[in-house]
Amino acid sequence: MTTRAEGRQSHLMPSTQTTKAVRLLTGNEACALAAIACGMRFYAGYPITPSSEIAEYLSRLLPQHGGVYIGMEDEIASMGAIIGASLTGVKSMTATSGPGFSLMQENIGFASMAEVPCVVVNVMRGGPSTGLPTLPAQGDVMQARWGTHGDHPIIALTPYSVRETYDLTIRAFNLSEKYRVPVILLLDETIGHVNEKVEIPDISEYEVVNRTPPMCPPEEYLPYQHTESGVPPMANFGSGYRYHVTGLSHDETGFQTNDSAEIEKLLLRLHRKIEIARDDIVEADAYRMDDAEIGIVAYGSSARASREAIRVAREEGFRVGMLRPKTLWPFIDKEIQSYAGQVRTWIVPEMNLGQIAHEVECALHGQGSVHRVNRVDGCLIEPPQILAKIREVC
Amino acid sequence: MDYEYYLRDKHFPVIWCPGCGIGIVLKAILRAIDKVGYDKNEVCMVSGIGCSSRIPGYTDFNTLHTTHGRALTFATGVKMAKPDLKVIVVTGDGDATAIGGNHFIHAARRNIDLTVVLINNYIYGMTGGQASPTTPAGKRATTAPFGSTENVFNVSGLAEAAGATFVARTSTYHTVQCEKMIEKGLQNKGFSLIEVIAACPTSFGRPNKQADPVEMLMWQKDHAVPITRAQNMTPEELEGKFVTGIFVDRQAPECRTEYQKIIDQQFHPKGAPAR
Repeated sequence: MTTRAEGRQSHLMPSTQTTKAVRLLTGNEACALAAIACGMRFYAGYPITPSSEIAEYLSRLLPQHGGVYIGMEDEIASMGAIIGASLTGVKSMTATSGPGFSLMQENIGFASMAEVPCVVVNVMRGGPSTGLPTLPAQGDVMQARWGTHGDHPIIALTPYSVRETYDLTIRAFNLSEKYRVPVILLLDETIGHVNEKVEIPDISEYEVVNRTPPMCPPEEYLPYQHTESGVPPMANFGSGYRYHVTGLSHDETGFQTNDSAEIEKLLLRLHRKIEIARDDIVEADAYRMDDAEIGIVAYGSSARASREAIRVAREEGFRVGMLRPKTLWPFIDKEIQSYAGQVRTWIVPEMNLGQIAHEVECALHGQGSVHRVNRVDGCLIEPPQILAKIREVC
Repeated sequence: MDYEYYLRDKHFPVIWCPGCGIGIVLKAILRAIDKVGYDKNEVCMVSGIGCSSRIPGYTDFNTLHTTHGRALTFATGVKMAKPDLKVIVVTGDGDATAIGGNHFIHAARRNIDLTVVLINNYIYGMTGGQASPTTPAGKRATTAPFGSTENVFNVSGLAEAAGATFVARTSTYHTVQCEKMIEKGLQNKGFSLIEVIAACPTSFGRPNKQADPVEMLMWQKDHAVPITRAQNMTPEELEGKFVTGIFVDRQAPECRTEYQKIIDQQFHPKGAPAR
């Protein structure tokens, strides 16, 4: 008799061996496979729908690749464990959904402050609180940006298909290693659970980035050096570079300080390293925007509905296109602004009450109107809903 | 021994108040490490938040000062990802048994190879003397101005019940015993807890009319009951005293070692993964 788990195994195994495998995968499976492919070797997590499959796949795959899976007592612990593991030089991740993401915020702040690379996957379900297990939502996009206290740098990516989940998972690790920041990968339940036929290229076709080690001898190492790029080289625990890591405000040596000049230097550098690299980090996909007069800004499964609405609207003669953020934070403000002379009307469909619509308004500085299409009832936004809004605003 | 070899002396003087017991524990930890003979590069010292959690900053190891109560979660990640590192966790009664209580029992349950030195001074010292889960009933704190009315945790008992394979209690008065227990804890392949009763003259002593550090140390001497003697005493006779000694010292499968067996069975780096 084949157990359910064994069935999954045979379904999963070929991906790590074949080139350009054409496979039927869910977003959660693609995420797990991509993480393994780009060298993630430590996962700590706590079960929560709709993300649990990621933990299930990885508990099987990790030991097969010499890595470690551990089920922690809660999401606070999961976040702590991946930071600890990452400090030893191992690419680390966790996955969760809204309630667990709330618990992770404390140590996401630590990872931001102590500049420890790690990837946090949030497969969004309806909230607040226990909310809607398991129905889709996009209500955590602002929490991904501002969930932990204090001004802090963060990067968040949001795929809209299974294949893109694979690509953006690898990108999440790359950005995290390159800029020493926690990277949030925001899936919604539909992207996590939808099955799609995908062609997965061999990992050799991807750029895979690893953190930069220090080149200086240990006695000269400044773990939080104010480098030109804003990103200090990172030594791994156990490599002979003995240094101090703390969540307290610290100077270049890593030790706590109350010197206001040093505190300000640290906080500004943490933000500067992301600002300098903004164009490397931010990715948006322009779909039929060349002649568009109406622009849709949509992400995740709402972007899929938007594509269909655009197809039908175009047949009806509406010049509609979509600017889709693949990077959600930092926001695609410059990209939106670049269409300000051409597009006067914007529509933002999202499964929340307008969290990103507000960002679009800010990006436009009044140059154009922003119309919301929202849904918070656990149902997907459907193309007719967006189509009706297109007809209404024209 | 040469303490300075293990210390980051440019970060001195320490933040601890005069008469604080934490410095005594720091020295005991360093003597134990020296005796066991660890290389500084292979030691990772992890802490949470509080007075005791400032210990790692003064030591010349791979040091990680984390969030309140979470030291054991970070330490678990370090140990699981890089089992060669000798991971030592320094914590306090509030850090480990209040905000970090869940992590404490789960780390003990896993019997993961961590050595935890828990400095129990019966109070939240760093925040100014609020009542903690080990503040004895009747004792005063800034948040128990009329005396605490709550039951306390038996910290060592908690670790034992949760599955720790080495559990011992001592005090800052018993410095030689303290060092030996930490040494044994380091040598144990599994979760080790060394609970050290310590004085906080500033935050616990003053409101309880016991502010003299020497007097507080003498209190430890007078109220410590070795386990061999305690076994023949009634609960009434033990009232107000604390039992010292090694409560648990046993062998059991260790978390990371057991996981390695799975990796060894499943991982075939040169060929395809096992099916």
